[in-house]
Amino acid sequence: MVNGIFTAICLFAFIGIVIWAYSSRQKTRFEEAARLPLMDDTDVLEKIREKGL
Amino acid sequence: MAGNETPAAAAVNYNDRVVLQFTIMTLVWAVVGMGVGVFIAAELIWPGLSMNLPWLSYGRLRPLHTNAVIFAFGGSALIGTSYWVVQRTCQTRLVFDKLAAFTFWGWQAVIVGAAISLPLGYTQAKEYAELEWPLDLLIALVWVSYAVVFFGTIMRRKTPHIYVANWFYGSFILTVAILHIVNSAAIPVSLTKSYSAYGGAVDAMVQWWYGHNAVGFFLTAGFLGMMYYFIPKQVGKPIYSYRLSIVHFWALISIYMWAGPHHLHYTALPDWVQSLGMVFSLILLAPSWGGMINGIMTLSGAWHKLRTDPIIKFLIVSLSFYGMSTFEGPMMSIKTVNALSHYTDWTIGHVHSGALGWVGMITMGSLYVLIPRLVNRESMYSTRLIEIHFWLTTLGVVLYIAAMWVAGVMQGLMWRATDENGILVYSFIESLNATYPFYAVRLAGGVLYLTGILVMVYNSYKTLMGAPAIDLPQPDQPPAPNASTAEVQT
Repeated sequence: MVNGIFTAICLFAFIGIVIWAYSSRQKTRFEEAARLPLMDDTDVLEKIREKGL
Repeated sequence: MAGNETPAAAAVNYNDRVVLQFTIMTLVWAVVGMGVGVFIAAELIWPGLSMNLPWLSYGRLRPLHTNAVIFAFGGSALIGTSYWVVQRTCQTRLVFDKLAAFTFWGWQAVIVGAAISLPLGYTQAKEYAELEWPLDLLIALVWVSYAVVFFGTIMRRKTPHIYVANWFYGSFILTVAILHIVNSAAIPVSLTKSYSAYGGAVDAMVQWWYGHNAVGFFLTAGFLGMMYYFIPKQVGKPIYSYRLSIVHFWALISIYMWAGPHHLHYTALPDWVQSLGMVFSLILLAPSWGGMINGIMTLSGAWHKLRTDPIIKFLIVSLSFYGMSTFEGPMMSIKTVNALSHYTDWTIGHVHSGALGWVGMITMGSLYVLIPRLVNRESMYSTRLIEIHFWLTTLGVVLYIAAMWVAGVMQGLMWRATDENGILVYSFIESLNATYPFYAVRLAGGVLYLTGILVMVYNSYKTLMGAPAIDLPQPDQPPAPNASTAEVQT
């Protein structure tokens, strides 16, 4: 019984993560994040200046 | 230690000194760890090599080999690259310079302690956790400091996102801390001797919960962090699917935790625990291959780089070996397959297809991206030497794992062969005798791999010392317009 409930919770958690990750609401956020390793120092500098940090 | 950075970072004042230190020691420990590996491979062919000295016996040097390659070479590479990656993707300097320096010197002290205590025979006799309790305490201290530096830097990030590589590095840091502290719990009886806090089958279960998650988090999640930064960096494109990387992360870390019992098939461990371990090992194929596909597909649209850029060859072939060994692992965890493979050299072949193929090659590829940047150069001293290193490595791994597969299956079949009366056909020594030629092939593979490392050390030395590049990378690529290498000054 407890095993079954735990398995179900894990299954729904997994499905939830997949739905969340592939929802269109996260699209721009993730595209931005995916670009992080490609920023060289120039980009970093611009970004920092924009933000006035 | 503070304030002594290389001028690579103009915009943010990065702490690259500690990265450089770890990078250099990664290369040093690669030579030591793999050198010991080659020596003990030779000992299996010529046992007289130990010269009857206990310090050179196989049983004492084997843990030295595994500790040196996993924790010294792999650990230095992981800590060093994670410090580089977390600073770049968070666009902030590493927090606590002195603590970061402590993680470097502390980690090296642990390794030196291992290199002294293991040949002397001090061991807790737990695989991959052999070090005695004083060194275990030092590891725990260094590791907690590492966690503080890493997560402290993430907390101080200037970017809104925590890049996926940091998630993988972070899970590796957290999990290894828990694994190490739980599995190393022991009752000391003297400075050099302790007994495990657990007994019997529970001790075995805890050990392989630790052991397999050391594979899952140290040798997989950590190096996946490397993969998720250095492949996009070298290819010049974002990761194939950021969404897949998120699913990959959560699936991988949730499932790995349960796979350990497959190391204990047909033992005193309860049968249902063995089956649980087997089932989770089989499921593990899915996230593993998801990650592999994500890495390899990053090259889509730029496949020609695989022909011309030996660094990309390293990175992509490492993922191929990752795919191979994460297919092989689940297969070997099936109890009926395990009945054949366990205790044979097939296991050794499997481990090395992961260690030499995946872990080794992703590290080498990443270091070839990192090293020129550490000294503010565009490329390594010689791209041709990277190409030579690549082929030495690939050939070495293939020879090694093919020899161990054949040897392992042969041993398994010989050990279980019975005649019509149910009597064993072969004695153990006969199976050992039949293995000799394969041990020789394995040694040849190991020598090639070590030679490749020496080529890398030479190339890195020339690069770090500022020798002008003797050949340029990617000859087929037209120079980018506005290719200005001028430094941005603040």
